[in-house]
Amino acid sequence: MSEPLVEVKDLKVEFAVRDGIVHAVDGVSFTVYRGRTLGVIGESGCGKSVTAKAILHMVPKPGKITGGEIIYYRRVRNDGAGQTTEPVNIIQLDPDGEEIRKIRGGEIAMIFQEPMSSLTPVYTAGSHIGEAVTLHRLIPVRKIGDQMVETIQAHRGVSKQEAREIAIEMLRRVGIPKPQQRVDSYPHQLSGGQRQRVMIAIALSCEPAMLIADEPTTALDVSIEAQILDIMRELQETTEMAIMFITHNLGVIAEMADEVCVMYMGKEVEQASTVEIFYQPRHPYTQALLKSIPRVGRKSRERLASITGMVPDPFHLPPGCVFHPRCPDYMPGKCDHLMPSWTQVGEGHWVRCLLYEEV
Amino acid sequence: MANKARGDILLDVKGLKKYFPIQRGILRRTVGYVKAVDDVSFFVREGETLGLVGESGCGKTTAARTIIRLYEPTAGEVHFKTNRFSADGRPKMVNLLELDREQMKLVRQEIAMIFQDPVGSLNPRMSVFDIVAEPLVIHGKGTGPETEETVIQLLERVGLRPEHMRRYPHEFSGGQRQRIGIARALALRPRLVFCDEPVSALDVSIQAQTLNLLQDLQADFNLAYVFVAHDLSVVQHISDRVAVMYVGKVVEMADAEELYLNPLHPYTEALLSAVPKPDPLYKSERILMQGDVADPSNPPPGCYFHPRCQYAGDICSKQTPEFRELKPDHWVACHRADELTLKGV
Repeated sequence: MSEPLVEVKDLKVEFAVRDGIVHAVDGVSFTVYRGRTLGVIGESGCGKSVTAKAILHMVPKPGKITGGEIIYYRRVRNDGAGQTTEPVNIIQLDPDGEEIRKIRGGEIAMIFQEPMSSLTPVYTAGSHIGEAVTLHRLIPVRKIGDQMVETIQAHRGVSKQEAREIAIEMLRRVGIPKPQQRVDSYPHQLSGGQRQRVMIAIALSCEPAMLIADEPTTALDVSIEAQILDIMRELQETTEMAIMFITHNLGVIAEMADEVCVMYMGKEVEQASTVEIFYQPRHPYTQALLKSIPRVGRKSRERLASITGMVPDPFHLPPGCVFHPRCPDYMPGKCDHLMPSWTQVGEGHWVRCLLYEEV
Repeated sequence: MANKARGDILLDVKGLKKYFPIQRGILRRTVGYVKAVDDVSFFVREGETLGLVGESGCGKTTAARTIIRLYEPTAGEVHFKTNRFSADGRPKMVNLLELDREQMKLVRQEIAMIFQDPVGSLNPRMSVFDIVAEPLVIHGKGTGPETEETVIQLLERVGLRPEHMRRYPHEFSGGQRQRIGIARALALRPRLVFCDEPVSALDVSIQAQTLNLLQDLQADFNLAYVFVAHDLSVVQHISDRVAVMYVGKVVEMADAEELYLNPLHPYTEALLSAVPKPDPLYKSERILMQGDVADPSNPPPGCYFHPRCQYAGDICSKQTPEFRELKPDHWVACHRADELTLKGV
């Protein structure tokens, strides 16, 4: 097994809103390893994006991390032989402090799904520009090249000229045509797909130890998506970058992930290697998700197996296992009373379901 | 599908063009055209689904909107089978582009549309009842107590609870809002429904529910769908036949399975190879297309795809390929289609 980079242990995030408390993330644990990809799947509102933001210690208000630890094994350079790592508990850092800022963007980078609608600059005047660019979005009134150069300089300690060359090279690698010219264009001169590619170029140009990709290709066409996935893999091979890939596209997960974590209503319901998840899914929710996607290839005019009902209201969660009202394997008297616990069912294969527990 | 009886042709689009002028300067002089839809031809049979796929900006949505004359077409013919204008009540083909306003309004009762954005396409100030009844009101059928009965039936048919019909769109989830849009589309009992990316904004499990609903409704009402989407696996699942568009043109059209297994156009082959397959043990050989999608205001000469095509020859940059029926029911616009052996999925 390779070296762990980030260990999330029993993470809890709550949002206190007018109608009550939402347990957006409710006791999630996983480990991200260097050079490997963890895929996170689940439907909207299952807590996957909040988990990602917690790793960067930037849970949006009124959210609060209320429990657990996030240990980041930071590499420290030694004068002597090799490198050692030093554990940092991200949750205990000051969310506005110097230390977390160095980590955000430079060591752990994040790409979001582009909000198609707006170009509003969300960075505040005081915030570090390099960080704003890496973490939020492009600033509309400035050339993309300048924004990239600043970010690269802020995190990599290279000269301005070198940073510009890195920027052009990264733009070329993400498939922007004529990168020497495009580096001097403004964000509004690019198409939505190109802007997203620029964001990816910026995130990758700092050679982060970990990349958190939250639905990075959902808004893009398949041909562009394929290019971006290839770039991420290439970079992973050369730099041992760890990737946490959040998506609801199971095809992308199958291609990218080494391990998969399936989430439902703030809880992990299953975790295993990608091959296991696709070939031997254990949790009824995982099984249902896999059956509900149409596949290319041989044609069958069969109906898709759909999961009945809807995601429950977060203020009125069902008792027992939260999935039981939609579950095809629901066991009355059991699933609606008992909370399933995290059970090992195979080598590195964990599931939260009463079918696999003796009670 | 081979085992499904082929219906008569319901919609026949020939050489459809829609150019948007590019205007500059104080005098708004026209300096060029964006050829959003550039010589598109396809047909749809009664009760079948035609999938329309292609990358963003290739003109899928514009083609759909031009057909129902939400945009006035630049050129072409759109024949639609209707019985609204024949004295004996027998359906006959009419060219939609020759109809006047009043006649078009009559035909529009038979053609409906479902939109991509379940939030933006429903008026937030109207209750579900008003939204679903609106087409009936517009066409003078929404008076009297039977309207409520119709709306209740429609809501039940799409799986919504009729007692919620006095609620407003924001009280519903994305999947439910899409169902409201579907109920509205069905209000006038159309025979042809344009579905513009109807499931791309939905979660996987809701997407499956919605696709199943669309299939059930098709069977019940003998609906024909033109299903516009960029997700190739969804399109294959729902479609009987698929047309692939590239920069305003249809480059290939065939039965869904035939198109996916034996593509004839290099662009189709490249698109299919790029689809992520939900199988971690599947090793794909991806064909990476060079460069970007051609600019529809300044397309390259000859075949629009030739600068990105790995098989391009001399002729490809000189002549525009003809859209021809190379195999029975399998149409393609490529000079080299008969000599190439392309890989499907």
